[in-house]
Amino acid sequence: MPFRLPPLTLRNVVVALVLIALALLPVYSQLAGDRFALTLFTRIVILALSALSLNLILGFGGMMSFGHAVYLGIGGYAVGMLAKEGIYSGFIQWPVAILASALFALVTGALSLRTRGVYFIMITLAFAQMAYYIVSGIARYGGDDGLTIYKRSQFFEALNLSSKTQFYYVCLVILYLAIYFLYRLVNSRFGMVLQGTRSNDARMRAIGFSTYRYKLTAFVIAGVLCGISGILLANQGDFVSPSMMYWTRSGDLIIMVVLGGMGTVAGPVMGAIAFLVLEEILPILIKLGGVPFVGASAAARASEYWMIVMGPLLLLVVLFARGGIDGLLNLIGDKFKQRGRS
Amino acid sequence: MSAPLLQVENLAKRFGGIVATDNVSLAIPQGELHALIGPNGAGKTTLIAQLSGSIFADAGRITFDGQEITRLSMPKRSHFGLARSFQITSLFLDMSVIDNVALAVQAHAGHSFSFWSDARSEVALRQPAREALARVGLAASADKITAELSHGEHRLLELAMALAVKPRMLLLDEPMAGLGPEESARMVEMLRDIKRGYTILLVEHDMEAVFALADRITVLVYGRVIATGMPNDIRANAQVREAYLGDAEVAHG
Repeated sequence: MPFRLPPLTLRNVVVALVLIALALLPVYSQLAGDRFALTLFTRIVILALSALSLNLILGFGGMMSFGHAVYLGIGGYAVGMLAKEGIYSGFIQWPVAILASALFALVTGALSLRTRGVYFIMITLAFAQMAYYIVSGIARYGGDDGLTIYKRSQFFEALNLSSKTQFYYVCLVILYLAIYFLYRLVNSRFGMVLQGTRSNDARMRAIGFSTYRYKLTAFVIAGVLCGISGILLANQGDFVSPSMMYWTRSGDLIIMVVLGGMGTVAGPVMGAIAFLVLEEILPILIKLGGVPFVGASAAARASEYWMIVMGPLLLLVVLFARGGIDGLLNLIGDKFKQRGRS
Repeated sequence: MSAPLLQVENLAKRFGGIVATDNVSLAIPQGELHALIGPNGAGKTTLIAQLSGSIFADAGRITFDGQEITRLSMPKRSHFGLARSFQITSLFLDMSVIDNVALAVQAHAGHSFSFWSDARSEVALRQPAREALARVGLAASADKITAELSHGEHRLLELAMALAVKPRMLLLDEPMAGLGPEESARMVEMLRDIKRGYTILLVEHDMEAVFALADRITVLVYGRVIATGMPNDIRANAQVREAYLGDAEVAHG
């Protein structure tokens, strides 16, 4: 099957530019001496991968999982626990993390997918919280306080994950591969079935699909991809803690997906960028904007409540731009095209 | 005479105190268009649902082509060659028209655990889908989003999806529901054409259509079969006229 290039729409051009910009970011960071940008964007790239994986089941499969961050924890703790036991080889850590994520997804998915609607939301949330409390209770691996990882995953002599730039590129290449993989997947037979079940599950069964198997497979794929971002997150922070898989983190991932555009391949990447950049910028904006009105100290305190701005912003997206950033870009693209014609 | 393609024996289904299907037996031979009629609430849709496998009967047997399918799941029956269209339009509204039909084809074209090749460029899926759309006259709308089509076109798309999988038997649940007179006439013509190649069980309220199309008719009242026969016999059957057609002359005469 030859690779067909996506059509040249405004949306696709923007996505391509964003992906290229991500590749150039370390260059900027080096030239401007902005170390923080590299740290922030490493985090963005990693969480973009989580959002991407959630979108496979949420956006394409219509499975409203509210416990997706649990795979960040599973991937992260697999690395952390093995490191604690003195096993630093990435060739062991990574496959173990991937297998653990797949197994957790398989078991919890097999049970959760027997339910629908609100029950599915609640049961995925319950499984994730269960994992959260279990990990919080294991004293050997730090319990509530988390676990410091003293060495990052070891691969070859040449690949040094402790180098910020090298680590960033490892994360970015994994993100690129995941985007391409999901792009192929959603347009494949499997992807068509998945979107069919989102659209009308009863009809899918009537025309002869055993939809359960396909949904479960998607659930496992999404779990594994998010487990990989858990591996990366643990390596970036040199630390894992139960809060990685707390339910609010699952909520953040949902927000990234909705903000970027559900059911589009690249939407969650833009959603993750928007969400995490806003998370950094909003407090600063509130602080600076508030100073003339309420004084410096009150403004500094107000900046802690940046979610007050984020909330309404999200509300606007849900109310007026259903397709998120992705939908907005398509809308603008169509407007330009129409103007070009008339 | 050869064994019927679809045989239903003493089928029963209750919902609480209501008997929705009461000891129903039917035999539909290969090639027949068999119509199922009856007043509202007679249990026609419930019967179709049991035949397609979306609900299971409490008692009785369903045999399809000599094979018992009473407890078989809906997807399995579909693979045996039973295709159902829905009374209430049930489509993939946010997908394109051709994607709807191609999905139906895909359900019967091997497994779908293929994660890499582009399904929309698979000739084995797109070609039969295009043919089925052409057959119901929707070829021009193939690339539209399904939600944009009219109700009448949705009914035709339902039919195309049932046809696309080349089933051995069609279960059509009120294909004329909600259609205007012109669209109804078009659908009758379509079914007349289709019935030459298929065995069909047709549930329909439109009596004109039923008597124009059916080889045999079964009348269902309160879940029970009160008559089965040729259209002319059914038309003349006093019990049917009384119970269903509500013919005052017969009732009082």
